[in-house]
Amino acid sequence: MTFAAGGGSVGRRDAWYHKPDVRRLGASLGVGLVLALVTGKDGRSGHFGSGIAAALGGVRVPSFLAVGLALWGVATGINRYGDEMRRALAPATAARKRVTGNATFRTTSLLVMLVVAIGIPPMLSSFWQGVLVEQVGIFMLLAVGLNVVVGWAGLLDLGYIAFYAIGAYTTAYFTGTLPVQPPIVLNPFLCFPLAVLACLLAGVLLGAPTLRLRGDYLAIVTLGFGEIVRIVANNSDGITNGSRGATNIPHFSIHLLGINYDWTLNSLPYWYLIMVVLAVVVLLFFRLEHSRIGRAWAAVREDEVAAQASGVATVKIKLLAFAIGASTSGLAGVIYASKIGFISPDNFLLILSISVLAYVVFGGMGSLFGVMVGAALLTWLPQFLRDYVPATDRNLYIGAILVLMMIFRPAGLLPARRRRTELSLHDIPEAETVAVPAPGSMGGSI
Amino acid sequence: MTELLEVDGIEVRYGAIAALKGVSFSVRRGEIVALLGANGAGKTTTQQTVSGLLRPASGQIRYGGQRIDGVPAHEIIRLGICHVPEGRRVFARMSVVENLQMGAFRFRRVRPEALDRVFTLFPRLKERAKQSAGTLSGGEQQMLAIGRALMGEPRLLLLDEPSMGLAPLVVRQIFEIIREINQQGTTVLLVEQNAAQALRLAHRGYVLETGRIVMEDRAVTLLADDRVRAAYLGEDLGEG
Ligand SMILES: Nc1ncnc2c1ncn2[C@@H]1O[C@H](COP(=O)(O)OP(=O)(O)OP(=O)(O)O)[C@@H](O)[C@H]1O
Ligand SMILES: [Mg+2]
Repeated sequence: MTFAAGGGSVGRRDAWYHKPDVRRLGASLGVGLVLALVTGKDGRSGHFGSGIAAALGGVRVPSFLAVGLALWGVATGINRYGDEMRRALAPATAARKRVTGNATFRTTSLLVMLVVAIGIPPMLSSFWQGVLVEQVGIFMLLAVGLNVVVGWAGLLDLGYIAFYAIGAYTTAYFTGTLPVQPPIVLNPFLCFPLAVLACLLAGVLLGAPTLRLRGDYLAIVTLGFGEIVRIVANNSDGITNGSRGATNIPHFSIHLLGINYDWTLNSLPYWYLIMVVLAVVVLLFFRLEHSRIGRAWAAVREDEVAAQASGVATVKIKLLAFAIGASTSGLAGVIYASKIGFISPDNFLLILSISVLAYVVFGGMGSLFGVMVGAALLTWLPQFLRDYVPATDRNLYIGAILVLMMIFRPAGLLPARRRRTELSLHDIPEAETVAVPAPGSMGGSI
Repeated sequence: MTELLEVDGIEVRYGAIAALKGVSFSVRRGEIVALLGANGAGKTTTQQTVSGLLRPASGQIRYGGQRIDGVPAHEIIRLGICHVPEGRRVFARMSVVENLQMGAFRFRRVRPEALDRVFTLFPRLKERAKQSAGTLSGGEQQMLAIGRALMGEPRLLLLDEPSMGLAPLVVRQIFEIIREINQQGTTVLLVEQNAAQALRLAHRGYVLETGRIVMEDRAVTLLADDRVRAAYLGEDLGEG
C-alpha cells in the first residue's frame, strides 16, 4: 500500500560504519593520507614506491592526518552541537539579523565591498594585479554565466569554454588580427555586442536540437562541441592562423566626446573594466533570478514534465538559459583577448570548462554571490600556493580542497537557499515523503 | 448539453508500439467523466495527449470546437485545460506556496482570489504554506497537485489517478473535493483504477482496454454492468 523501503536493508544501514559522521571521518582521513603520499619530496624514478616510502618516514603523514582529523572534528562539532550553539547565540543572531536584514546595512556592506574592490588593487604588486584580472576577474565572470546554465536551469554544460573561445576569436577577427580580414576593423569595445551576438547564435544552434533531449545527452553534446570548436580553431590555418593563434590584438580604448583613454599592458584599468562588466551582469542576473523566468528555470530543474504541464515552454526557457550563459562567456572572451593580446587554441582546453564548473559547484550552485566567491578563491589559491608548495603539487592541494568541500559542505561554500533544502531532502527517508497520512490527522481540516 | 472536449479516433505511438489505437470519447460542459482501465490500458497516454504533452499520430482533438491536437502543452494550458499528472509530480524543493505560484504561471501574476479558493478547498495546504513540498505526506502532495492545477483556473481539469497510493479515507476526501470543484463549474476528466469510487463520482464513464474504448455509458449503468463489476470492481463492490 505504501512505498516504504523494504525492511531488509534496515539492519545494514544501521551498522556503525554507515553512520554519516564515521563515513566523513574515513573520507577526510583518506584525503589526508593520499595527499600526504602524493605531495612532498619526489621519489626517485625507477624505484617504484620510493616516494611513498619517503613520505611515510617523516612527519608528513601524521600531520596531514591531524589536519584531516581536526577538520572533521570542527565540522562534526558544528553538526552535533550546532543547534545548541545556535540557541545559545540566539539573542546575538537576532541582533545580527536585525542589522544585516535592514537595507542600510546591505547598502553599506555593498559600498564597503566596492571600496575594497576599487581601493585595494592599486596597492598590489603588478603580478597580483595580473592575477586579479586574468584569473580572478575573468573567471568570476565565467562562473556567473555558467551558474545560469547549471545552477538555475539545471543543465550540465561541459563545453562552456567554447563560447569563451568564440568571444575571443570574434574579437581577434573584428580587430583585424586573423588571416581573414573583417569588413571594418573595430575597437574591442565594439566587439562586446558582436561577441554576444556570435555566442547567442552558436548557443541557439547548439541548444535548439540538443535541449529537446533529456539530461545527460546535453553533457555529452556540449563536451563534444567544446572540443570541436578548439580543434577547428587549431586546424583552420587560413582562417584562425591555426595553432599559432592571433597576435597583437589591440587593447581597449575610448575616443569619445573629447575623452581619450587607452588601456595598456597595465592590469589595473582592466580590473576596473571587469568590475563594471561584472556589476552590470550581476545586476541583470539578480533581476532575472527573481523574475518569472527565474521561477520557470527552477521548475524545469525540478521536474520538467510538471513544469511543462504548468505552462512553461520548457525548450524555450532552457534555450534562454543556455544562450545567456554562452554570451556571458563570450564577454569574458573579449576581455581576455584584448588584455593578453594573444590567443591560441591552447587557451581553450577542456580543463577550463571543468574548472569553471568546479568553481560553480565549490562556491554554491545557484547562488550568485557564492559562485563569485568560489571562482575568486579557487583562482587565487593556486597563485598563493606558488610560494609555499612545489609547482607540481599545486593542483593536488586544490583537488583535496574540492573533495573536502564536497564531504563537509556538499551544497557549496555559500549555497543558494533552495539548494540547501534540495540536499537536505536527501536525508529524509523515502517512506516519509510518500507515506499515507494518519486518517485522523487530516479529517479535521476538511 | 454541449461538448467541451471531443476526442476523435486518436492514435498515439511510442516508437513502434501503438498505445492508443483510435480512441474516441467526449466530455460535455459541467460533467465529470471517468476514464477507467487496467494498468497499461492507455489512460495516462490519453490524458497526456489531451494536455499536449504527447502528439497523436492521427485523429483529432477538439476543445470548444477548436482543433488542439499537436498544440504544445504550454499553449493548451492557456485555453484552460489544466493537468494533474500521474504521480503528483509536485516541485519537491519548492514550498507549497511556490508550487501554487507555478500553477498560475500562465498568468502574469497570481490572483489572490485563486489562492484563496485553493486554501479554502484545502485548509491543510494553508497550514503548510511554507513547508517544502517534498516533505508533505502523500495525501497532502495530491492536494497540492490538484491545488496547483486549480491555480491555472481551468475550465477542464484532467486528473490522473488522484487516489494512487492513498488510504481509503483520504481517497474519499479527495473525491469529495473533486465533486466540489465540479459543482463550482469546472469540467473534469478523471482517470482512475479505483473504478467503484470513480463511477460513484462521475456522470459518465468510458472503459479503455489496450488502447481501445470498449464500453461507454452513464456511470450508474456502468456501475451495475456485469462485465465492469467482474473486471474492475471485484470485492470493492460491497463497500458502499
Ligand atoms: N514513454 C513510453 N515509452 C514506451 N511505451 C510507453 C511509454 N509510456 C507508456 N507506454 C506504454 O503505453 C501503454 C499505455 O500506457 P499508459 O501509461 O497510458 O497506461 P495507463 O492506462 O495509464 O496505466 P496505469 O494504470 O498503470 O497508469 C503501456 O503499454 C505502456 O507500456
Ligand atoms: Mg497511468
